[in-house]
Amino acid sequence: MFQVDSLCCVGRPPVSFSLQAGELVCLSGPSGCGKTRLLRALIDLDPCEGTVTLNGARRESLPAALWRRRVALLPAESRWWAATVGEHFADPGAAPFDRLGLDPQAAGLAVERLSSGERQRLALLRVLAGRPEVLLLDEPTANLDAASIERVESLISQYLADSGAACLWVSHDREQRRRLCARSLAMTAEGALA
Amino acid sequence: MTTLSTWDLAIAAMLVLLLAFTARDMYPGLPRQLLVAALRTALQLTLIGLVLKALFANVSLLWVALLAAVMLAVAGYEVMARQHRRFGGAWGYGIGVLSMFISSFTIALFALIVVVGHDPWYQPQYAIPLLGMLLGNTMSSIALALDRLTQSAWEQRDTIEARLMLGHSTAEAVSGIRQQVFRSGVIPIINAMAAAGVVSLPGMMTGQILAGAPPVEAVKYQIMIMFLITGGAGFGTLTAVRLGVRRLFDERDRLRLDRLRRF
Repeated sequence: MFQVDSLCCVGRPPVSFSLQAGELVCLSGPSGCGKTRLLRALIDLDPCEGTVTLNGARRESLPAALWRRRVALLPAESRWWAATVGEHFADPGAAPFDRLGLDPQAAGLAVERLSSGERQRLALLRVLAGRPEVLLLDEPTANLDAASIERVESLISQYLADSGAACLWVSHDREQRRRLCARSLAMTAEGALA
Repeated sequence: MTTLSTWDLAIAAMLVLLLAFTARDMYPGLPRQLLVAALRTALQLTLIGLVLKALFANVSLLWVALLAAVMLAVAGYEVMARQHRRFGGAWGYGIGVLSMFISSFTIALFALIVVVGHDPWYQPQYAIPLLGMLLGNTMSSIALALDRLTQSAWEQRDTIEARLMLGHSTAEAVSGIRQQVFRSGVIPIINAMAAAGVVSLPGMMTGQILAGAPPVEAVKYQIMIMFLITGGAGFGTLTAVRLGVRRLFDERDRLRLDRLRRF
């Protein structure tokens, strides 16, 4: 469904892999090996050679903004540009804040008063609100406590099951990878996929 | 009109020297900057005085156009030099020049032909000061706006990219920045219009009055100039911001800060 063929960014080895519909694949590798750069290349935010296709459609064939709505990246650190949480959602009423243990009225909260863990969970909901077909998650549970991690994992699993979306999940936690992913990709320090 | 002697100017220059001397400890670099700028003022204005004298003596469209082109080229350089981060290559110079050309030149032409209506329309006594005032103000606004645009894009690159990641268009991703940048470009003009006549007596009108023109006639000219400047600076800033934003992104809506150079 999501196919990456010899994706080659400047100064890095070519990378190929594919994701099936509904599949959750973990990606690991030493810090600085280029996981984040790979994810950025997949959403066409950094110029790279090679082909990336979603259901047969090449990324070049779609307007960049549309491609990024269908193949969505959740960066490790979330950014907020408006004062309240709700302004970052097209339909704040539809976001399942309570599913991630957040205040059901979170839409009215001021962003600058949120903790980093709350921001991280809200950023995940913000991405999911766009109903992406491929979900690229860059360490989505890095700053969360055990209860929140469990909620995030269950929410994403359910989203994939319901929508048939595929997910590439960057995780440094071996236990988490074992728990979540039937298949794992490992990136070498040079940036090649083993 | 009472003319000034060289000695009169020297007395005024003493003030600049006094400032340079007084501030030398607080701002070590200031005296040199002050002196260089003061020297430039004296030299450049003397030079343009001679050029205008020659120009007035033989009225020709070619010479007026040539001087206008030189003014535009220098203004383009000034816009570029005032930017902390500027676009690399020809763009760093081109965006400012193009925006000023589109706004200032069009408006100056319009004013000369339609509003002032002197025959010939390129009469240097009208054309050069008019263009000069337009260019000067447009230059300040564009320089301010472009400087803020590139600086804000640099500082808020993570936020801009976060919005792109969510599938927002480039226009949405910089909407907040664009608003502020445009505002910073036109606010000086709005302030100038608001304060005109109450707090400040604008330079051109003052000059005409000093030269003996009836105040009411001088005021009419000043009102026209203020409106032209507003149009020139406003449209110039709009154009520059639009071109600048377009250059910040590539055809795949990627934020391309690698196109900026730091100075």
